[in-house]
Amino acid sequence: MALATATTAVQAKPEAAAAARRLTMAQAMSEAIGSEMERDPKVFVMGEDIGKYGGIFSATSGLLDRFGKERIMDTPISETAFLGTALGAAAEGMRPIAELMFVDFFGVCMDQIYNHIAKNTYMSGGTMRLPLVITTAIGGGYGDAAQHSQCLYGLFAHVPGLKVVVPSNAYDAKGLMISAIRDDNPVMYFFHKGIMGLPWMAYFEGSTNDVPAEAYTLPFGKARIARAGTDLTIVTISQMVHKAALAAEALQREGVSAEVIDLRTLVPLDVDGVLASVAKTGRLLVADEDYLNFGLTGEIAALVAERLDTIRLKAPVRRLGVPGVPIPYSRPLEHAAIPQVESIVAACKQLMGTRL
Amino acid sequence: MQPTPEHLRWMYEKMSLIRQYEETMAKVYLEGKLPPHIQKGLAFDIGSGPVPGEMHLSAGQEPVAVGVCAHLKREDSVVGTHRAHHFAIAKGVPLDRMTAEIFGKETGLGHGKGGHMHLFDAEHKFGCSGIVGASMPQACGFALAAKKLGKDWVSVAFFGEGAANQGAFHESLNLAALWKLPVVFVCEDNKWAISVEKSVATAVLRNSDRAPAYGIPGVHVDHNDALEVYAAAGEAVARARRGEGPTLIEVKTDRFFGHFQGDAEAYRPKGEVEELHRHDPIPALAAAIKQRGVADDAALERMRGEAGRQVDAAFAFARSSVYPQPAAALQHVFA
Repeated sequence: MALATATTAVQAKPEAAAAARRLTMAQAMSEAIGSEMERDPKVFVMGEDIGKYGGIFSATSGLLDRFGKERIMDTPISETAFLGTALGAAAEGMRPIAELMFVDFFGVCMDQIYNHIAKNTYMSGGTMRLPLVITTAIGGGYGDAAQHSQCLYGLFAHVPGLKVVVPSNAYDAKGLMISAIRDDNPVMYFFHKGIMGLPWMAYFEGSTNDVPAEAYTLPFGKARIARAGTDLTIVTISQMVHKAALAAEALQREGVSAEVIDLRTLVPLDVDGVLASVAKTGRLLVADEDYLNFGLTGEIAALVAERLDTIRLKAPVRRLGVPGVPIPYSRPLEHAAIPQVESIVAACKQLMGTRL
Repeated sequence: MQPTPEHLRWMYEKMSLIRQYEETMAKVYLEGKLPPHIQKGLAFDIGSGPVPGEMHLSAGQEPVAVGVCAHLKREDSVVGTHRAHHFAIAKGVPLDRMTAEIFGKETGLGHGKGGHMHLFDAEHKFGCSGIVGASMPQACGFALAAKKLGKDWVSVAFFGEGAANQGAFHESLNLAALWKLPVVFVCEDNKWAISVEKSVATAVLRNSDRAPAYGIPGVHVDHNDALEVYAAAGEAVARARRGEGPTLIEVKTDRFFGHFQGDAEAYRPKGEVEELHRHDPIPALAAAIKQRGVADDAALERMRGEAGRQVDAAFAFARSSVYPQPAAALQHVFA
């Protein structure tokens, strides 16, 4: 996988008074957490290697030195214990951030997440509030194989009670993180390793962009038009946004104008934003790095299918995702299993070529 | 540690309340579930009647609840199990709203959303759930927050002897010991994890013996006795309040009913339940109270009568309350 040579155009807020600086997504995340920790003494972080190491994907870099080990707490390898601890602390009014090192590890602690953290507010009739954030690393493409390369946000979006946030770039990452910390509900924040801007993993350059120094929030449930277009709509999220942008550039050179929608959050989902784009273009490709079956791509296709009385499609919906296989290790196999720029281009050409 | 007369009376009142509540619930639960009110051919319909679903009653286990909760303030937190009515009552959860919740009514603690296994009362810092072992990590969280807030609040995690084999038990004890959290881990050993006896599930004789493996004190309470639980819990709560960290207490207690109501208990040896009733902890406490001159028969009788009135009032409140509107099913997913 090559480094991107083009960037997705993400505009910093024009009103930003402070000088904009280019930050990696990792820097943006730790900056967001740090600024909220300064503002609110109730915010603290737990997780494996999040202290001295700064998080193995640098999501909490520099925070231990600033805030000390009482607030940046390295935990034992006890996900059930510290996720449950996050619940109890949140119930008592604290605002914990718990890092699940790889989303793939959810199996060892899923009960606390989906049966308690997700459901206690509902089961208590709204009286129990759990203002916590679970951050977790997702994504493949660098040879980490089946147990360390998954996305799985579809699974967490499927069960009720969790907000699902998936930034694609540093500017969004900071605003969405601050919103997540300030939200009084459980928020799962999925950061793709391949766009963190780490010095040891190739990343798409579009993910590093201008980030205002001051704190700001971004709303959940509001997608971003990463690239405006007229012939077809690519709905996507996370690292796939950058692949879609590259595909759109290639398509433009062949006279096809692709609109790229960066969903940013799955729960809540910007349904209106998606439908407006598809109504405009009449052609839809959903490109996802999560598993194809029973997930995000099916959800978006179904939302469109339910509105075919008001949306006129010019071609059948197309979906790209990991096709029901664990992520393989060997490079050519992994490259084939995960949607790539060339598969997005091919799918879009097919969209232009087929008629309803 | 000896209980004060106030505590002795409080414990007797609460145990009487719990027992009468559970015995009433055992009868009420069956309403509408038996022929001829149900589908033809069925002997029992779990989903029918005013109290649908599963029902796990705590009769016999009263000493654990009162012996521990006697030492707790409102600010202390309790996280319980699927069999949690005695904990809720001992923690001061209002009986009427608890019963309304079990009846699925709008006036319930959770507006009917949680039911019998998911009773949440933020005001009294009480919660429970139906996942074995889930209480322990959550109690660690309440305790961590208390420590960060500089309070002397304590968190109690109740769980069964079966739960002590869950990963969550081992993770939680280690974490609480490591971070010196003000948690009291209370294991109710009623011998039965549904139908599986402790002796064929647990590799050691006593879960309290597992405590040193995590660097914390382990205390075994040999009898289903409110005074013995009171003594052990008093020490543990005091330790936690002093900032000395967690304790594990295991109490040998008795489950009078089945795992769930409707459980035929075919797995239970003949005569076991009758034998347990011969060692009923409530008359035993009454005897101790009389022996100490704290109350006489007439006073104890009055306490039992008052308990009965409270139980009747709670059930009447629940019955007369309305159900939530169907549209309410979509509310309160998020705050």
